[in-house]
Amino acid sequence: MLNINETKANGNLTISLEGRLDTTTAPQLEDSLTGKLDDVKSLVFDLNKLEYISSAGLRVLLTIQKVMNKQGEMLVKNASEEILEIFEVTGFSDILTIS
Amino acid sequence: MKSIVVDAILENLPNVMEFVDLELQQVECSMKAQMQIDVAIEELFVNIANYAYGDGTGKATIEFFFDKDSREVKISFVDSGAKFNPLEKSDPDITLSAEEREVGGLGILMVKKTMDDLTYEYTDGNNKTTIYKKI
Repeated sequence: MLNINETKANGNLTISLEGRLDTTTAPQLEDSLTGKLDDVKSLVFDLNKLEYISSAGLRVLLTIQKVMNKQGEMLVKNASEEILEIFEVTGFSDILTIS
Repeated sequence: MKSIVVDAILENLPNVMEFVDLELQQVECSMKAQMQIDVAIEELFVNIANYAYGDGTGKATIEFFFDKDSREVKISFVDSGAKFNPLEKSDPDITLSAEEREVGGLGILMVKKTMDDLTYEYTDGNNKTTIYKKI
Protein backbone atom coordinates (compact mmCIF):
# COMPACT_ATOMS: atom_id res chain seq x y z
CA MET A 1 0.00 0.00 0.00
CA LEU A 2 1.46 3.35 -1.09
CA ASN A 3 -0.04 6.83 -0.99
CA ILE A 4 1.53 9.49 -3.17
CA ASN A 5 0.86 13.17 -2.47
CA GLU A 6 2.13 15.81 -4.86
CA THR A 7 2.46 19.56 -4.32
CA LYS A 8 3.65 21.64 -7.24
CA ALA A 9 4.44 25.36 -7.45
CA ASN A 10 6.69 27.31 -9.84
CA GLY A 11 8.83 24.42 -10.99
CA ASN A 12 9.11 22.99 -7.48
CA LEU A 13 7.56 19.59 -6.93
CA THR A 14 7.26 17.90 -3.54
CA ILE A 15 6.25 14.26 -3.42
CA SER A 16 5.28 12.80 -0.06
CA LEU A 17 5.25 9.04 0.16
CA GLU A 18 3.26 7.13 2.74
CA GLY A 19 3.34 3.37 3.28
CA ARG A 20 5.50 0.88 1.45
CA LEU A 21 7.61 1.37 -1.67
CA ASP A 22 8.13 -2.21 -2.83
CA THR A 23 7.86 -4.48 -5.86
CA THR A 24 4.08 -4.16 -5.97
CA THR A 25 3.88 -0.38 -5.42
CA ALA A 26 7.02 0.94 -7.19
CA PRO A 27 5.33 0.88 -10.65
CA GLN A 28 2.60 3.09 -9.14
CA LEU A 29 5.17 5.78 -8.32
CA GLU A 30 6.82 5.48 -11.71
CA ASP A 31 3.46 5.80 -13.49
CA SER A 32 2.35 8.75 -11.40
CA LEU A 33 5.47 10.72 -12.38
CA THR A 34 5.37 10.01 -16.09
CA GLY A 35 5.24 13.34 -17.93
CA LYS A 36 5.16 15.37 -14.72
CA LEU A 37 8.87 16.10 -14.36
CA ASP A 38 9.34 17.96 -17.65
CA ASP A 39 9.38 21.49 -16.22
CA VAL A 40 10.48 20.60 -12.69
CA LYS A 41 13.69 22.26 -11.52
CA SER A 42 13.52 21.20 -7.90
CA LEU A 43 12.12 17.90 -6.71
CA VAL A 44 11.75 16.97 -3.05
CA PHE A 45 10.85 13.51 -1.79
CA ASP A 46 9.39 13.66 1.69
CA LEU A 47 9.76 10.18 3.20
CA ASN A 48 8.39 11.07 6.64
CA LYS A 49 5.60 8.52 6.38
CA LEU A 50 7.42 5.94 4.29
CA GLU A 51 7.71 2.76 6.33
CA TYR A 52 9.57 0.48 3.98
CA ILE A 53 11.68 0.49 0.81
CA SER A 54 13.07 -2.45 -1.17
CA SER A 55 15.34 -2.60 -4.21
CA ALA A 56 12.34 -2.04 -6.49
CA GLY A 57 11.79 1.30 -4.74
CA LEU A 58 15.48 2.18 -4.95
CA ARG A 59 15.40 1.52 -8.69
CA VAL A 60 12.65 4.11 -9.16
CA LEU A 61 14.51 6.68 -7.05
CA LEU A 62 17.67 6.09 -9.10
CA THR A 63 15.77 6.49 -12.37
CA ILE A 64 14.26 9.78 -11.18
CA GLN A 65 17.60 10.99 -9.83
CA LYS A 66 19.11 10.45 -13.30
CA VAL A 67 16.33 12.53 -14.86
CA MET A 68 16.75 15.33 -12.30
CA ASN A 69 20.54 15.40 -12.68
CA LYS A 70 19.97 16.67 -16.22
CA GLN A 71 17.44 19.37 -15.42
CA GLY A 72 17.70 20.47 -11.80
CA GLU A 73 18.05 19.05 -8.33
CA MET A 74 16.49 16.39 -6.18
CA LEU A 75 16.38 16.20 -2.41
CA VAL A 76 15.31 13.34 -0.15
CA LYS A 77 14.21 14.34 3.34
CA ASN A 78 12.74 12.94 6.56
CA ALA A 79 13.77 9.34 5.91
CA SER A 80 13.61 7.04 8.95
CA GLU A 81 16.71 5.52 10.49
CA GLU A 82 15.83 2.14 8.93
CA ILE A 83 15.49 3.60 5.45
CA LEU A 84 18.69 5.65 5.86
CA GLU A 85 20.51 2.40 6.60
CA ILE A 86 19.17 0.85 3.39
CA PHE A 87 20.53 3.91 1.52
CA GLU A 88 23.83 3.41 3.30
CA VAL A 89 24.39 -0.29 2.50
CA THR A 90 23.46 0.16 -1.17
CA GLY A 91 25.63 3.24 -1.71
CA PHE A 92 22.53 5.35 -2.33
CA SER A 93 23.61 7.78 0.37
CA ASP A 94 26.33 8.89 -2.09
CA ILE A 95 23.97 9.15 -5.05
CA LEU A 96 21.04 10.88 -3.39
CA THR A 97 21.10 14.26 -1.69
CA ILE A 98 19.71 13.48 1.76
CA SER A 99 18.71 16.03 4.37
CA MET B 1 9.31 -24.83 12.20
CA LYS B 2 6.39 -23.23 10.42
CA SER B 3 5.90 -23.08 6.70
CA ILE B 4 3.57 -21.99 3.92
CA VAL B 5 3.34 -23.07 0.31
CA VAL B 6 2.17 -20.52 -2.26
CA ASP B 7 2.05 -20.15 -6.01
CA ALA B 8 5.26 -18.36 -6.96
CA ILE B 9 3.62 -15.23 -8.34
CA LEU B 10 4.15 -11.57 -7.39
CA GLU B 11 0.57 -11.26 -6.19
CA ASN B 12 1.46 -13.56 -3.30
CA LEU B 13 4.21 -11.29 -1.97
CA PRO B 14 1.85 -9.70 0.62
CA ASN B 15 0.88 -13.19 1.86
CA VAL B 16 4.51 -14.21 2.27
CA MET B 17 5.27 -10.94 4.09
CA GLU B 18 2.30 -11.39 6.40
CA PHE B 19 3.31 -14.96 7.24
CA VAL B 20 6.84 -13.91 8.19
CA ASP B 21 5.82 -10.68 9.96
CA LEU B 22 3.30 -12.50 12.17
CA GLU B 23 6.03 -14.91 13.24
CA LEU B 24 8.47 -12.05 13.89
CA GLN B 25 5.93 -10.18 16.00
CA GLN B 26 5.57 -13.20 18.24
CA VAL B 27 9.27 -13.22 19.00
CA GLU B 28 9.57 -9.47 19.64
CA CYS B 29 11.70 -8.49 16.70
CA SER B 30 12.97 -4.88 16.48
CA MET B 31 11.56 -2.62 13.74
CA LYS B 32 14.97 -2.37 12.16
CA ALA B 33 15.56 -6.11 11.97
CA GLN B 34 12.01 -6.71 10.77
CA MET B 35 12.46 -4.25 7.93
CA GLN B 36 15.76 -5.82 6.91
CA ILE B 37 14.18 -9.29 6.98
CA ASP B 38 11.20 -8.01 4.97
CA VAL B 39 13.54 -6.59 2.35
CA ALA B 40 15.40 -9.90 2.16
CA ILE B 41 12.25 -12.02 1.79
CA GLU B 42 10.87 -9.65 -0.84
CA GLU B 43 14.05 -9.91 -2.90
CA LEU B 44 14.21 -13.70 -2.65
CA PHE B 45 10.52 -14.31 -3.28
CA VAL B 46 10.37 -11.87 -6.20
CA ASN B 47 13.37 -13.63 -7.77
CA ILE B 48 11.51 -16.94 -7.58
CA ALA B 49 8.27 -15.40 -8.88
CA ASN B 50 10.03 -13.72 -11.81
CA TYR B 51 12.56 -16.31 -12.88
CA ALA B 52 12.17 -19.78 -11.39
CA TYR B 53 9.41 -21.11 -13.59
CA GLY B 54 9.84 -19.08 -16.79
CA ASP B 55 6.46 -18.40 -18.33
CA GLY B 56 4.85 -21.21 -16.34
CA THR B 57 3.86 -21.24 -12.68
CA GLY B 58 5.05 -23.35 -9.80
CA LYS B 59 5.18 -23.43 -6.04
CA ALA B 60 7.38 -21.75 -3.49
CA THR B 61 7.70 -23.01 0.08
CA ILE B 62 8.75 -20.62 2.81
CA GLU B 63 9.98 -22.12 6.09
CA PHE B 64 10.43 -20.12 9.29
CA PHE B 65 12.56 -21.21 12.24
CA PHE B 66 13.39 -19.32 15.41
CA ASP B 67 16.03 -20.43 17.88
CA LYS B 68 15.04 -19.05 21.28
CA ASP B 69 18.46 -19.45 22.84
CA SER B 70 20.50 -17.71 20.19
CA ARG B 71 17.54 -15.53 19.05
CA GLU B 72 18.39 -16.41 15.48
CA VAL B 73 15.76 -16.33 12.77
CA LYS B 74 16.26 -18.69 9.85
CA ILE B 75 14.03 -18.44 6.78
CA SER B 76 14.29 -20.80 3.81
CA PHE B 77 12.84 -20.44 0.32
CA VAL B 78 12.39 -23.64 -1.66
CA ASP B 79 11.35 -23.93 -5.30
CA SER B 80 11.66 -26.59 -7.97
CA GLY B 81 12.29 -24.20 -10.87
CA ALA B 82 15.41 -23.26 -12.80
CA LYS B 83 18.64 -23.72 -10.89
CA PHE B 84 19.68 -20.38 -9.47
CA ASN B 85 22.43 -19.72 -6.97
CA PRO B 86 22.13 -16.14 -5.69
CA LEU B 87 25.63 -16.37 -4.20
CA GLU B 88 27.17 -16.68 -7.66
CA LYS B 89 25.76 -13.38 -8.81
CA SER B 90 28.39 -10.62 -8.77
CA ASP B 91 27.60 -7.53 -6.74
CA PRO B 92 26.96 -4.21 -8.45
CA ASP B 93 29.62 -1.53 -7.94
CA ILE B 94 28.04 0.74 -5.36
CA THR B 95 30.76 3.38 -5.63
CA LEU B 96 29.65 4.50 -9.10
CA SER B 97 27.77 7.76 -9.70
CA ALA B 98 24.06 7.85 -10.51
CA GLU B 99 24.80 8.06 -14.24
CA GLU B 100 27.05 5.02 -14.19
CA ARG B 101 24.90 2.90 -11.91
CA GLU B 102 22.79 0.20 -13.45
CA VAL B 103 19.13 0.15 -12.48
CA GLY B 104 19.20 -3.31 -10.97
CA GLY B 105 21.26 -5.96 -9.21
CA LEU B 106 20.69 -4.38 -5.82
CA GLY B 107 18.38 -6.98 -4.35
CA ILE B 108 20.82 -9.74 -3.51
CA LEU B 109 23.40 -7.19 -2.40
CA MET B 110 20.91 -5.87 0.17
CA VAL B 111 20.29 -9.40 1.40
CA LYS B 112 24.01 -10.10 1.76
CA LYS B 113 24.68 -6.85 3.59
CA THR B 114 21.80 -6.92 6.05
CA MET B 115 21.57 -10.63 6.91
CA ASP B 116 24.13 -12.44 9.06
CA ASP B 117 24.40 -15.24 6.53
CA LEU B 118 22.96 -16.42 3.22
CA THR B 119 23.26 -20.03 2.06
CA TYR B 120 22.21 -21.93 -1.03
CA GLU B 121 21.84 -25.61 -1.81
CA TYR B 122 20.48 -27.52 -4.79
CA THR B 123 19.20 -31.00 -4.08
CA ASP B 124 16.80 -33.30 -5.95
CA GLY B 125 15.83 -30.54 -8.36
CA ASN B 126 15.08 -28.04 -5.59
CA ASN B 127 16.65 -24.65 -4.98
CA LYS B 128 16.89 -23.83 -1.29
CA THR B 129 18.06 -20.40 -0.26
CA THR B 130 18.28 -19.62 3.45
CA ILE B 131 18.80 -16.36 5.30
CA TYR B 132 19.99 -16.10 8.91
CA LYS B 133 19.52 -13.12 11.18
CA LYS B 134 20.00 -12.63 14.92
CA ILE B 135 17.31 -10.37 16.27
